[in-house]
Amino acid sequence: MSKLDSKIPEGTLEQKWTKYKSSVALVNPSNKRNLEIIVVGSGLAGASAAASLAELGYKVKVFCYQDSARRAHSIAAQGGINAAKNYQNDGDSVYRLFYDTVKGGDYRAREANVYRLAEVSNNIIDQCVAQGVPLAREYGGMLSNRSFGGTQVQRTFYAAGQTGQQLLLGAYSALQRQIGLGTVDMFTRHEMLDIVKIDDKARGIIARDMVTGKLERHFGHAVLLCTGGYGNVFYLSTNAMGCNATAAWKAHKKGAFFGNPCFTQIHPTCIPVSGDHQSKLTLMSESLRNDGRIWVPKKQGDTRKGNEIPEEERDYYLERRYPAFGNLVPRDVASRAAKERCDEGYGVGASKMAVFLDFKAAIERFGKTQAKKMSIDNPSPQQIKEFGKQVIEEKYGNLFAMYEQITGENPYEVPMRIYPAVHYTMGGLWVDYNLMTTVQGLYCLGEANFSDHGANRLGASALMQGLADGYFVIPYTIGAYLSKEIAVKPIPTTHEAFAATEKEVQERIDKLFAIKGNKSVDHFHKKLGKIMWDKCGMAREEKGLKEAIQEIRALREEFWKDLRVTGKPNEMNPELEKACRVADFLELGELMCMDALNRSESCGGHFRVESQTEEGEAKRNDDKFSYVSVWENKPDNEWELHKEELVFDVVHPSQRSYK
Amino acid sequence: MSHGNMNLTLKIWRQNSGSEPGQLVTYPVKDISPDMSFLEMFDVLNEQLVAKNESPIVFDHDCREGICGMCSMVINGRAHGPKTGITTCQLHMRSFKDGDTIVVEPWRAQAFPVIKDLTVDRSSFERIQAKGGFISVNTGTAQDANCLPIPKDDADASFNAAACIGCGACVATCKNASAMLFVAAKVSQFALLPQGKVEATTRVKNMVAQMDAEGFGSCTNTGACEVECPKGISLENIARMNREYLVANCVS
Repeated sequence: MSKLDSKIPEGTLEQKWTKYKSSVALVNPSNKRNLEIIVVGSGLAGASAAASLAELGYKVKVFCYQDSARRAHSIAAQGGINAAKNYQNDGDSVYRLFYDTVKGGDYRAREANVYRLAEVSNNIIDQCVAQGVPLAREYGGMLSNRSFGGTQVQRTFYAAGQTGQQLLLGAYSALQRQIGLGTVDMFTRHEMLDIVKIDDKARGIIARDMVTGKLERHFGHAVLLCTGGYGNVFYLSTNAMGCNATAAWKAHKKGAFFGNPCFTQIHPTCIPVSGDHQSKLTLMSESLRNDGRIWVPKKQGDTRKGNEIPEEERDYYLERRYPAFGNLVPRDVASRAAKERCDEGYGVGASKMAVFLDFKAAIERFGKTQAKKMSIDNPSPQQIKEFGKQVIEEKYGNLFAMYEQITGENPYEVPMRIYPAVHYTMGGLWVDYNLMTTVQGLYCLGEANFSDHGANRLGASALMQGLADGYFVIPYTIGAYLSKEIAVKPIPTTHEAFAATEKEVQERIDKLFAIKGNKSVDHFHKKLGKIMWDKCGMAREEKGLKEAIQEIRALREEFWKDLRVTGKPNEMNPELEKACRVADFLELGELMCMDALNRSESCGGHFRVESQTEEGEAKRNDDKFSYVSVWENKPDNEWELHKEELVFDVVHPSQRSYK
Repeated sequence: MSHGNMNLTLKIWRQNSGSEPGQLVTYPVKDISPDMSFLEMFDVLNEQLVAKNESPIVFDHDCREGICGMCSMVINGRAHGPKTGITTCQLHMRSFKDGDTIVVEPWRAQAFPVIKDLTVDRSSFERIQAKGGFISVNTGTAQDANCLPIPKDDADASFNAAACIGCGACVATCKNASAMLFVAAKVSQFALLPQGKVEATTRVKNMVAQMDAEGFGSCTNTGACEVECPKGISLENIARMNREYLVANCVS
């Protein structure tokens, strides 16, 4: 039998989750009090899971590396969160949200998971509003919606350009409430460095107190990893500086299989790189594509400023290539189209690696509508511009301010320059329908797991998935496991498995310090990032991937020979923190390339140069690759590939077309 | 592209731990690009220190896009530096001139003890939130979101208060190290919404009591917090909290 059992419930797609909920084993309240759950990560998935599980009566411990749960990188999500409310009466439904998500993911996600996600999406909005999350509203007092890429209905709820912040603060408030009630123990400035397994079950973690440097042992009947994505493998990404793969990677090395590691989302609208000093990239929300028009000059190597190029000399290439969706094509399509134009020599800005995102037409359109609303019959061009700017400011004010701050240019006056950047990782630890990994008792939620987005995530779906997993999935599915654990007494952390795992962690740290080489952690991280971006980025081909694997191996060897970690282990030491993370990225990067090499089809964000249509679109190969690549770690950085075949009972895979 | 031509003198607060004394240490930096962010300039300096086998400067930072609230530096005497409406990570070197001397210190407040160098302990904020910065609604109990129409102006005002990133610049800049703006923002977010009214009385009393217990100073209405707040949280929130507090004490 395959090692992979996705545990998808029987029944029709619409009935699976309902039936599952009515039949899953329950844990009685008096037993819940004796069951301890460890949650690693405090973003949308972690905070919502921890709060919900504590409300149910479990004893919960939460760990995060930041100084507060509220700082998790979910906070930076800008655009919005999808839900199938159909408040706009534009034909939306659970089925349509499900369908769009499966199609958007280029038919590489599990139908049952995605349908469940669409089903609970509505509960999320209800829950958040009840918590006092101030989502955007219309004048009648009802919630407002906007469109997002890859869909033709308005189903995205938002709070200006700070939706992630507001949703996270909602989950954080629920978490703080439980901390105040004493049902959650919060460990800030703690980083998980390994999983402790006893009798093949996850029973705890080893965490490092980042203030004192001390290693700690923590027991849990179950462990939930809600630790986000691994985009920082690329060094430059829209992730926060501290985002890392260590928790997931250590779990992987302890037996949790890794799903679709090569599925990376390159977001089309980020502020371009300005130089070697760059430490991170900043996203400009996809929602800007609702009103902004993307273009490049029709002439190659045009050095004129955006404003100086007349209308007829502009190529609105997305509108030209994809008339049905225009600027609202999915992210992978928009990113590749930008790369194609820049590679052909039409790029703009000093680096020529950028395209324009222009709001001039939107400012005029809004200005005219606003003038009408104010009963001004013959508004002057100045008035129109002024009114239009006001509308834009209300919708996107914080994004425009951010752009101006970073680039020194005023986007109300000149078109923005944007370029794709690494943003999200669809791959992650493989989980079954219960969100359990291949290690018993070890769960994975949110971006850290591989589950719902297939080969490409649609905009406004990450917040939805994180909160769905935490608020509405894990509180049910964890019962299936914990109901069988009620007889297990808390295992003292003096147990030999805890001692042995702590020793392993200590030895890894000692080994890093013992290298005493000459190169900093950042030196290696930047080199790895360049290999990944050049050879496992927006376009991948066999030759480059094979080279990348060799280069990463060589770089890893050099890392372990020539790394310098300053300071001491038993103190606050960011260099050590970075070294631990980059050591893991150097292994994960190799696996990503191997996965990309194995998947010789193109799908979603994974574009293999060898597999494209005549028009340069991604060409799937359903006969050969309609599966999840699931990698099992073997000693000495070897992996074995398992395949979870994807079965499409309801949606029939077709070539995606946004024309 | 990368190499700029700015040469600067940095005077940076170094302190090994909360129990040891700290001091300003001078570091020259060269070839800084005006397009670098302030924290990227720190990255350059830290790489130089690592090259010399010295301990890099420890400072809090994470998202580097002005939303996580982690970064926290007092630059030339101003929380988050010379510009208004931004965090330290959003400050760019083009805001300085070649040859400048820049003094960088941590947030200074009794309730924010220094952990190391420019990093401080802001867990006092966490404890205040845990006392009432929430609406007591368990997962699953909510009604349909549109069953409760909320006037747009109220929702917008609530959002403006909720935009607080909890960085602590308001405390760092206040001569009394008062946390009134931070607490008032949370109290206001909920006070402005019908969902928040149910617990309004206990919320404001408990949060203010915890704020006092943490050792934050009193508010004397100088308004410095509003000026330095990177998210433009308005002083009106403090007035609103004072009203809420007064009402809470009258009814109980």
